[in-house]
Amino acid sequence: METKDASLVKFMFIDVDPNRCIGCGICELVCSLEKTGNKAFNPTKSRIRVLRIPPAFNFAISCRLCEDPPCVRACPRGALRQSDDGLIMVNKDKCNGCGWCIKACNFGSITIDPDEKIAIVCDLCKQRKGIGVFPGRKIANQACIEWCPEEAIELVNRERLAQKARESTLIKLLSGSRKPE
Amino acid sequence: MYGYAGKILYVNLSKKITKTHVLIEDEAKKYVGGLGYALKLLYDHTEPKKDPFDPENILIFATGPISGVMAPTGSGCVVASKSPLTGGLGVSVMQGFFARELKRAGYDAIIIEGKAKTPMFLWINDDFVQLMDARGLWGLSPERTEEEIRKQLSDYSIRVAAIGLAGERLVRFSCIVSDQTRVAGRGGLGAVMGAKNLKAIAVHGTSDLKVADPNSLLEFCKEFFIRARGSTAVKHYTTHGKLAVSVKDRYRVTLFGTTAKYRDLGTVEDLLIYNNAGCLPTRNFSAASFEEIEKINGEHLNKYFVAKVQACSSCPIGCEHMAIVPEGPYQGAVARIEYQTMWAFGPNCGVNRPDAIIRAIELCNFYGLDAVSTGGVIAFAMECYEKGIITYDDTNGLDLKFGNYEAMLKLIDLIARREELGDILAEGVKRSAERIGNGSETVANHIKGLEMSGYDVRSLKTAALGYAVSFKGADHNTHWAHVFDLNEDENCFTVQKGCGKLVKDMEDLFAVMDSLVVCKFTISVYDGYEDLAKLYNIVTGFNLKAVDLKTAGERINNLARLFNIREGFTRKDDDLPPKIFSTPIPSGPSKGASISKEELDFMLDEYYEVRGWTSDGIPSPEKLKELELKI
Repeated sequence: METKDASLVKFMFIDVDPNRCIGCGICELVCSLEKTGNKAFNPTKSRIRVLRIPPAFNFAISCRLCEDPPCVRACPRGALRQSDDGLIMVNKDKCNGCGWCIKACNFGSITIDPDEKIAIVCDLCKQRKGIGVFPGRKIANQACIEWCPEEAIELVNRERLAQKARESTLIKLLSGSRKPE
Repeated sequence: MYGYAGKILYVNLSKKITKTHVLIEDEAKKYVGGLGYALKLLYDHTEPKKDPFDPENILIFATGPISGVMAPTGSGCVVASKSPLTGGLGVSVMQGFFARELKRAGYDAIIIEGKAKTPMFLWINDDFVQLMDARGLWGLSPERTEEEIRKQLSDYSIRVAAIGLAGERLVRFSCIVSDQTRVAGRGGLGAVMGAKNLKAIAVHGTSDLKVADPNSLLEFCKEFFIRARGSTAVKHYTTHGKLAVSVKDRYRVTLFGTTAKYRDLGTVEDLLIYNNAGCLPTRNFSAASFEEIEKINGEHLNKYFVAKVQACSSCPIGCEHMAIVPEGPYQGAVARIEYQTMWAFGPNCGVNRPDAIIRAIELCNFYGLDAVSTGGVIAFAMECYEKGIITYDDTNGLDLKFGNYEAMLKLIDLIARREELGDILAEGVKRSAERIGNGSETVANHIKGLEMSGYDVRSLKTAALGYAVSFKGADHNTHWAHVFDLNEDENCFTVQKGCGKLVKDMEDLFAVMDSLVVCKFTISVYDGYEDLAKLYNIVTGFNLKAVDLKTAGERINNLARLFNIREGFTRKDDDLPPKIFSTPIPSGPSKGASISKEELDFMLDEYYEVRGWTSDGIPSPEKLKELELKI
């Protein structure tokens, strides 16, 4: 029997903990290396993007695998579709790099490749096999997750995200504030 | 060519022309990049004995061959020019994101010559290079400048290196700031930029950066990450570890990697360590331990002030401790704290309030001042005031006693604006002492004109030599010789045979690290030249051996020496501040420690001999031939 809220647990996506993110940009570099055919480092071709707002807010954003994704709806050429596991698939033949998907996306998660001029978006490294960069950590297929030195990046579904929020709220309540004595 | 971008951008502000030169492969190999290449350009393109503020003096921004790719901590940009403080080499390394962007825009280095008629900023967007009007930015802080430029060009990924008010007003120890907190601080390079009427350099690059062997690079990074951040498999043990003697620290190094210190408490941890070792200069080098250290030590700062730890580009260490003052008169002050800046405004000025120190560092970032030199200058003024060399009238009502944090903050304003007493102090301690006279030279702590940084060389003998011979002046970042002294097995109070070689080896290694450019905090992670050569070869595809890099390091140091000799430096300038000779440490764990001229001469002789220089400190023709250096 198919449950109604299957996508709540089925759609797995990249989530970043801003408290842990140090803004080093290693995820951008390793993503561009993994995803560019010519093996080059270029953050503008990365599917995950780091943002630092002064003085010390660091964050990285990647595709959230929305329900009824605005980018898919916005595409005038029908080049985008959402797969069963929630990934945004780009039809290279149909996409002409017009950028309506960029305008539609609320997070800036979808962009246009500067060389190929077609939409690029996180595909959770479908082709990659985990190598285990840091010993003792869970092996992940996603390059950014494996290479993040601070373990700030996680593969989550929406249910897990809510659980994490609950956990951190409780920890905050229990640990009290950080004021000087 | 892999690694290198292959182009050098040349900008003449007077003639408003820009052109590109091709990077010559042989020279790139010979001088590696970064510091080495900047020195070579500086040596070739400047005329001796020109004033640093002369339009013909050039300012160089140089990236290294590994900048921009994922090489760990390869994010430094070397800024070089003739220093307004020393008149010799002014070199400073600015970490952050600027180098990565400059490399991706397609340039290994920028040479800036001439002087703009009106304030300008340089806008580099790949091949598109333009001089833009900066009259609207004049007077703004570096942070605001960055914000405004990003707004004007509507792109937040633009990286900006800018000067503040201090640089515009030619304060001799002003700095260049990028990414709000990353600074090319020492040597007064901001003033050189100000003298050129150049407010900022804005860069945005979009090109791909390829490396010769991406898979090996990933393997290398993996190994580095584990060494730096810990695994039970690797048990690197460093001089830093030995210095922090407790069992807890040994445990920490084994479990969390060799860079645990930088990520955990950060370099502010050293405040307590150096205090206990008796090498924390206090009240303008009047003592070597600070009695109120517990109020500003690393644990305290991290517990109450540090809000976030963040990192530079492609750095897995993350040492940048951002502190925010939670309450009190300086509520909301934000600054990156580290040992040197905390020391400069804390113990060195006798100030025991962390919030006031954080505010002082914030002000330095706001005005674009080198915090270490600013602290040194203020401590000098405070000692002059306490000794009666300058009076209440001279200070215009400022009670410049040691520990008066309000006066300290006021004085930073005055220095940056060049008002009242600040106008004299803005010249740096050497020139200030010459103007004030009256015995103030005896308390002016500088070497070659650059203010001392935070190590008391009376109780650190190897460091004393390192400081004396450093081509930058009183700076620890060419040698870090204090790590030998603070090693448990060494006796740091007596001059020992062999220190010449220790300093030379460290200088050569640091020259290579600054040329690649990698962060010095990785010294315990990279296993010397072998690892650096491996990284260099992986990125560039060349086949350089470790010994070649070692020779390059030596070559760079010799070239630096030649530059300084050309500017008129002699053995006499390889000196220590007068107070170091005249006053033994009066109290604390290193009580009685002192250094004499004879001891320094002994060390200098040894150092020159190891370097293959004459007893006057001039590189011998044989040495130059060996290093393939032509003058």
